Amino acid sequence: MHRIHILIAMDAHTISQGARSIKDAMTRELALAGLANEVRVVETGSLGIYDKGVVLVVFPDAVYYVGVKMEDVTEIISEHLIKGRIVERLQYLDMPSGEAKAGDKSARVSKQIRVVLKNAGIIDPESIEEYIANDGYEALGKALTEMTPEQVMEEVKASAMQGRGGAFFPTGIKWGFAAREKSEEKYIICNADEGEPGTFKDRLILEGDPHAVIEGMALAGYAVGAHQGYVYIRGEYHMSIARMQRAIEQARQQGLLGKNIFSSSFSFDLDIREGAGAYICGEETALIESIEGKRGEPRNKPPFPPSVGLWGKPTIVNNVETLANVPQIILKGAKWYRSLGTENSPGTKVFTMVGNINNPGLIEVPMGITLREIIYDIGHGIPEGKGFLLAQLGGTTGGILTREHLDLPLAVDTLRNAGAGMGSGALLVVDDSQCLVDLVKTFVEFFVHESCGICTLCREGNGRLLELLERMTEGKGAAEDLHLMEELANAMMRGAFCGLGQAAPIPVLGCLRYFREEFEQHLQGTCRAGKCELHAANEAAA
Amino acid sequence: MHDLNKIDEIIQAYADTRTPLIYVLKDVQKEYGLLSDEILTRVAQKINIPLSEIYGVATFYSLFTTTAKGKHIVRCCNNAPCHVKGSKAVLDHIKSYLGLEMGETTPDGTFTLEFTSCLGLCAVAPVMMVDNEVYGNLTPEKAVAILKDYKMKGTSHA
Repeated sequence: MHRIHILIAMDAHTISQGARSIKDAMTRELALAGLANEVRVVETGSLGIYDKGVVLVVFPDAVYYVGVKMEDVTEIISEHLIKGRIVERLQYLDMPSGEAKAGDKSARVSKQIRVVLKNAGIIDPESIEEYIANDGYEALGKALTEMTPEQVMEEVKASAMQGRGGAFFPTGIKWGFAAREKSEEKYIICNADEGEPGTFKDRLILEGDPHAVIEGMALAGYAVGAHQGYVYIRGEYHMSIARMQRAIEQARQQGLLGKNIFSSSFSFDLDIREGAGAYICGEETALIESIEGKRGEPRNKPPFPPSVGLWGKPTIVNNVETLANVPQIILKGAKWYRSLGTENSPGTKVFTMVGNINNPGLIEVPMGITLREIIYDIGHGIPEGKGFLLAQLGGTTGGILTREHLDLPLAVDTLRNAGAGMGSGALLVVDDSQCLVDLVKTFVEFFVHESCGICTLCREGNGRLLELLERMTEGKGAAEDLHLMEELANAMMRGAFCGLGQAAPIPVLGCLRYFREEFEQHLQGTCRAGKCELHAANEAAA
Repeated sequence: MHDLNKIDEIIQAYADTRTPLIYVLKDVQKEYGLLSDEILTRVAQKINIPLSEIYGVATFYSLFTTTAKGKHIVRCCNNAPCHVKGSKAVLDHIKSYLGLEMGETTPDGTFTLEFTSCLGLCAVAPVMMVDNEVYGNLTPEKAVAILKDYKMKGTSHA
């Protein structure tokens, strides 16, 4: 039995900061100190602390250390582990926990509630035993032994959870469409093709708590009558694929996947399908095409996947975060879930804070929180004393929010009224030193790169938008260009084939709406921020 | 000419997988380094899917390539979260150090320079990926120093 556990966050962020060599050094030094039998070093998922180097936590004391370097390893061992004295210069005091703690000293702690991320950074994601010890697979056991499939579905419906992939369609209703289809063959797909710029929540859920996703998928399978699921993971996410593969194998060994789970008549198994690099495969019908071994081009809808999906069979496609919520809803009930968040948008939402913000990273907060609370209280504001220009919520297809939206409660309905959406939960904060036209160009370049090319409005529309913007930053723009951009963007929103093409012009229109004078300044030959080509050309001419 | 017999083995390994084309192409590319016409033709014959369809798949996904690339592939992100943290300056510096535009390969075959879509490492933006290794919190100088390291070692970075 180990007296102490040291958890080292091992995700792509921390690995790029040297977490692996710290772990190796820690293991080696513990052995030298004769503590190998007392202290166990465990790799865990993201601890939600970024930009602070290698992060580790010592349990049972729950002391977090950040910025740990090779030379600190022996000090942590000799001071903390042997003498019981915390190494204060490395300690991080700003850590959220499983429950919201009112009156806690730090906003980063008190404003967060961890439902989806309750295990991330707490358990070893490579150990099914640790997941089980934290109520894992209890919801599945309860469902299979005490509930009918209809009751499972009704509970999810009653929770009013909306899908966390970006469209916020009610999950229970979606399941109902597939449940009523009479087919021996149905599928559950977990959409882990996360590619929306600024988003990395799904990766950290997969890497931090893969069994929660497996359990959610099995519950979905039971509710709709499916016996096979696929986790479609982005090909670039090597660690997520490895962790999920291991988790699936462990679940099979424990009889939690496979035939007659919990001695019931329900059988369900899972396989991983890897993407091969295509943003559009996050669109559910394109994803299905990709699993079928084809180009990931979106299908015509209707029919929708719950009726005609993978290999023509009824298929539920749910996002990672959605599925990770399901076990908690079954275990604690719809009423508990609805006590979180707002009336029309229950539950929590995982956000990734990125861009010009002091404290970037992953947070989980109740729906209805304001932008100001996220940016200034949790995110510790904007670096270098710069001002807030705008936030883009939901990735590159997300709407634009400005100063006037800082106190708007972030929920599905309130955002919709403001002409924005929650999307993938990426929150890009942009400070006032950035050139807005250059930023919009970056958005459009992304879509030029990622358009699948199947429809003219998206393929050509984005290309023409980029031309107009390039003209503007080259000082060759004409007065009617802004009107042309608006006309084109509106046509794309109405006429593009899929959700991606329709959403692509949203940030362009948002910026034109709120920052029109900045486009006009560029047409007149000046760039406020002095960052785009226009500025460079002006400098050269002077 | 490549020895194409490995292709048959790869296809055989996926005999039990429904619609395995993308997996087959991944493994074939791993074996041969690219998906040339000659290679795709063999895949088409063995897997019984029209060559036109297979070519369509091979050219659709960014992780597949139909042409030979450099020993190290440098993938830079210029999506909005990296952009607002200064990725353009990093990219310009890399371009001028390597003497390459996007999509090009150095004459000595050491580096290919490409864009990548968001790698989800935005909290340490700007980022680039060299082969399978990710580097964050880049500055123009730091990025070039990393590439110099690759050039010196001539081998993959640990």
